[in-house]
Order: sequence, then C-alpha cells, then structure tokens
Amino acid sequence: MVALQATIMTLVAIGALAVALTNDLVRLVIVSSAYTLLLVILFVVLQAPDVALSMLVVGTIGYPLVLFVAIRRDRADE
Amino acid sequence: MSRRARLALFGLAAAGLAALLLWSITGLPKFGDYHGAYGKILNKAAPKERQTSNVVAAVVFDYRGFDTMGEEFILFGAVMGVAMLLRAPREDEAPVPVDSVRSDAVRAFGVSFSGATLVLGLWIVAHGYVTPGGGFQGGVILAAAFLLVWLAGSYRPYRQLTPVPIVDFAEGTGAGAYVVIGLSALLVGDAFLHNLLPYGVAGKLASGGSIPLLNWASGLEVTAAFVLLFNEFLSERAIMIEPKRRPS
Amino acid sequence: MSYLPFVLAAWIFIVGIFGIVRSRHYIHLVVCLSLTQSSTYVLLLSIGYVKHGGAPIFKDVPQGTRAVDPVVQALTLTDIVVSVTVAALVLALAIQAKKNAKTMNPDELRPVRG
Repeated sequence: MVALQATIMTLVAIGALAVALTNDLVRLVIVSSAYTLLLVILFVVLQAPDVALSMLVVGTIGYPLVLFVAIRRDRADE
Repeated sequence: MSRRARLALFGLAAAGLAALLLWSITGLPKFGDYHGAYGKILNKAAPKERQTSNVVAAVVFDYRGFDTMGEEFILFGAVMGVAMLLRAPREDEAPVPVDSVRSDAVRAFGVSFSGATLVLGLWIVAHGYVTPGGGFQGGVILAAAFLLVWLAGSYRPYRQLTPVPIVDFAEGTGAGAYVVIGLSALLVGDAFLHNLLPYGVAGKLASGGSIPLLNWASGLEVTAAFVLLFNEFLSERAIMIEPKRRPS
Repeated sequence: MSYLPFVLAAWIFIVGIFGIVRSRHYIHLVVCLSLTQSSTYVLLLSIGYVKHGGAPIFKDVPQGTRAVDPVVQALTLTDIVVSVTVAALVLALAIQAKKNAKTMNPDELRPVRG
C-alpha cells in the first residue's frame, strides 16, 4: 500500500513537470489529459471516490472540449 | 521586463517560497495521522442522524450546504460571463452549419451511447447520497449526453435539442430552487437550509430529508450550465466547417 | 513517506507557477493555472487521510469502521467542477484578445491605453 502511494505520487510529480514544459498545443491537451488520469488514480488511492469521479468527468468532458475550441479559434484567425 | 530577467526573478522567488513551504511542512502532522475532531464526529454521527450512507454528500448538501450554494453561484456567474463575452460581438449571424459526420461507425457510436450516457447521468445524480456520485458529477455526464449528439451527428439537431431559452430557464430554476428549498426552512421557523423532511432508512433512495431535493436542484443547474457553456463555445464561427464545393 | 504528499503539493504549486512564467501562449498559461489549482486538491486530500482508513461511504460497510475525513472531500469536489468553468471563462477572454489584438502571446498583450 505504501509502495503504491509512493509510486503514484512520483508519477504525478513527473506529470506536472511534463505539463509545464510542453510547448506544442495539441500535445499539451494530450499531456494534460494524462496528468488528469494520474490525479484520478491518486485520488482513488487516497480513498476519495467522489473526488475521483468528479475529476474524471470534468477532465474527460469539460477540459478537452474548451481547449480544442480555443486552439481551433486561435488557428483559424491566423 | 525581458524574458530572462523574469525567469531569473522567478528563480529567486521560487527558492524563497520553496524554503518557506518546506519549513512549514515540518510543522504538519505526519501523513495518516489525523488529529481533527470534525471528521471523526461526522463519520460516526452522519449515517445515523441524516440516514445517508454517503457522508460526503451529507456534508456537501446538509452540513456545509451554504458553501455549496456559493459554489453554484460561482458556476452561474462564470457561465454568464462566458455568454456575455462570446455572444455579443459576433460579427455576423452564424452561418448555416453544414458539418455532418460521414462515417457510419461514428454515427452508430453516437446514437447508441447518447442514450446510455443519459441513463448513466440520471443514475449517478439519483444515487448521489447512497453511493459515490451526486448532482455535480452526474450533471456533467448529462451535459455530455447532449454533446454526443453534436460529436457523432451534426450541429443542427444539437441546437434543436438545446434551445437557448429553455437552457437559460433550466439553469435559473436549478440555482433558484436551491435557495427556495433553503428559504422554506425559514418559513417553519428553523435556520436557513435546515433539513426539514423526514429521514428515511439509510441506503434506500428515500432517505436524507431534503438532501435529494438539493441534489436534483444542483444536478439540474450544473447540466444547464455546462450545456450553455458548450453552446457558446461551439457557436464560434471558426468551428463551422464549410463543405468542399463539388464540381458540378 | 510521512511528508511526501505535502512535498508533492508544494512541488506541483511551484511547477505550475514556473509554467505560467515561461509560457508563450495564452492557452498554455490557462492549463498551467489549473495545474497550480490542482496542488490544493492534493494538499487537502492528504491532510484528511487516516492511516488504514477506508472511503467515507457506509453502504455495505458497518458503521464505525475507520474512514478518512469527509469534509475536505466535500470542499474539493465542488471546487473541481467550478474550476473548469472558470478556465472556460479565461479561455473566452483569450478568444476575445485574439479578435482584438490578433495575438495570443502573453508577452505581446499589453494593457490597453487611452
């Protein structure tokens, strides 16, 4: 149990750094979705199913849509 | 300020902040050593008092119901802000949207999963105070059920399913119903948002007093807010796909 | 291990602000802002954790078994849903900035004068 917690926390730390360092926009959406998935697993390991469900739903439905629309709007006006 | 100067300044400030944070962490209790009394008392008392098996839902809608009302109005205000920003200066009327998905597999997926997502969202909202779930999570899933009509179909049926006056009205009703349920406790002489209705038996759907009503009100409001948000974003002119002209 | 989650929360916070400082595009800035916000979720949930505790749901579990703190979970779960709406608001601001100033680079977006 302790090993599982330590592993997922290290992965979350690496994921956060990856999100901050990504420059390309479409790649950023994918990396941030992967980071959201890692956070969901962390919340489940910390025994918080409501919070994990909330983050999962928002990270699948909310974020990618608004980000892609903003990216499309940015590119269409070039 | 040039980029290098900004990054150097940030480096200094981050070092100071990191030092302060690490010093403050040593003052916290160890991970797993929970000293607070509030959580322990709630875990013992809430299933018996409010007859809900999901203690987090009891905290969200009953013990800290006032905070949830504030969060709902943040949602309301933010969606109003998006509508104001993106609706007014649209240069011309939205062109006739002609994007339709041509792949049969995607269409079949959309048709079958839209209904399934709707049922899943209603189930998660309904059982929010029995198992993990609730108005917030289920509301977003319900909005996704409408969104699948756009994703796997075309734009026009999506707009016909979600006309703006009805969605606006639904959002206002959800937010207002929460406040009205809270105010109705004042009529009886209790405090605002006091739990009025009879508690049932924990684990069944008819339990928790006024928690189910608040649950459904917040679910309705979150659904309508997200549908409105998606409407505003998807109406942006750059999203409409023009068809390639066929040489006739 | 006994302080790892708190160090993780501090790390995510500082990395998020680093992302904001070095970003060249408004959309990247918004994503890093929500990354910074996620550090508070990690901190809150780690404070409420009880060793060998289960989830605070007592459907099939007898009442009285050890469970983690439900109050911090309640605070976090409404916060997550609200944060995506606020991020959408800031992205709408970015779309408007693109219409007016024709750029989405934070370095070139100066405050409007006059």
